[in-house]
Amino acid sequence: MRSHHDMGGLPAGPVEAGEHDYQLWEKRVDALMVLCSSKKMFTVDELRKGIESLPPDAYDRMSYYERWISSITSALIHRGVISIDEVRAKLADIEKRPPETAGEKA
Amino acid sequence: MPHDDAHGHHHDHDHDHPHVHGGADHHPHRPDADDTLTYCRQLEIAVRELLVEKGHLTRDEIRGAVERMDARGPHLGAAVVAKAWTDPAFKARLLADGSAACQEAGITFDQSTRLIVVENTPEAHNLVVCTLCSCYPRMVLGLPPDWYKSRAYRSRAVREPRSVLREFGTELPDSVAVRVHDSTADMRYLVLPMRPASTEGWSEAQLAALVSRDSMIGVTTVKAP
Repeated sequence: MRSHHDMGGLPAGPVEAGEHDYQLWEKRVDALMVLCSSKKMFTVDELRKGIESLPPDAYDRMSYYERWISSITSALIHRGVISIDEVRAKLADIEKRPPETAGEKA
Repeated sequence: MPHDDAHGHHHDHDHDHPHVHGGADHHPHRPDADDTLTYCRQLEIAVRELLVEKGHLTRDEIRGAVERMDARGPHLGAAVVAKAWTDPAFKARLLADGSAACQEAGITFDQSTRLIVVENTPEAHNLVVCTLCSCYPRMVLGLPPDWYKSRAYRSRAVREPRSVLREFGTELPDSVAVRVHDSTADMRYLVLPMRPASTEGWSEAQLAALVSRDSMIGVTTVKAP
């Protein structure tokens, strides 16, 4: 069966010529992808597999770099670079920070 | 790969349940929002800080990678195109080995990606897409525009390229063949557009200013001044 990401040739509507300026968090996700793969923490193929195996509704709902950070996180946990518990604890800590400055620490 | 994400949800793959991945279901979908700390933005902060704290990356490396990507953009591709238009030997090298010729022209590659340059001629027009994801000649054009990653472009560019081209205002005579190149992570394409008439004697810098990003993706052509 054709996977959800494999959409070449399927019917679709007109191309909306929209674009947006990439936000800092998106650029940082991109940087994490480039750096972690060049340091062999995971391969780009693993990341792609993570994105391609997202459930179709999640794939469609998430924006591009949301899919990437979701897959990066899964790959790093899968490879044992970071653990689920560490991510959970860190997210709980971030929840307590003022939203404006939550991402400025690193 | 199992989807044991940071919330500990396990996603089996029956795909029937109408929600949940990574907790994004707690928030409405906001593709471009930067003013709300969505779950995925929190995840970016968490992963970045953990990698720094555990010594896998430094803050300088992350900042450097962001700055390197910020410095990339269509001006790099335009300079390569203009050089190819004015230097036949360079053009031959560019078409023979896009990666080597671009690196010779001072462009840096972050990953070992092959760049293939395809030349538009009066007989054939080239169009670049990545149907499976979003692979893009980022070393020469920077990050892709949103439409390049959209379902509509990825689905239709390979089936009805002339209709897609028309939506970008590009009408090609039936006598011109349209060749669509589907990119992969390891193989990216850049279109070498046709040099417009009435630009004889122009400098590389003058020519480069005519070359748009979209013409190097192949959805438009370079217009005569």
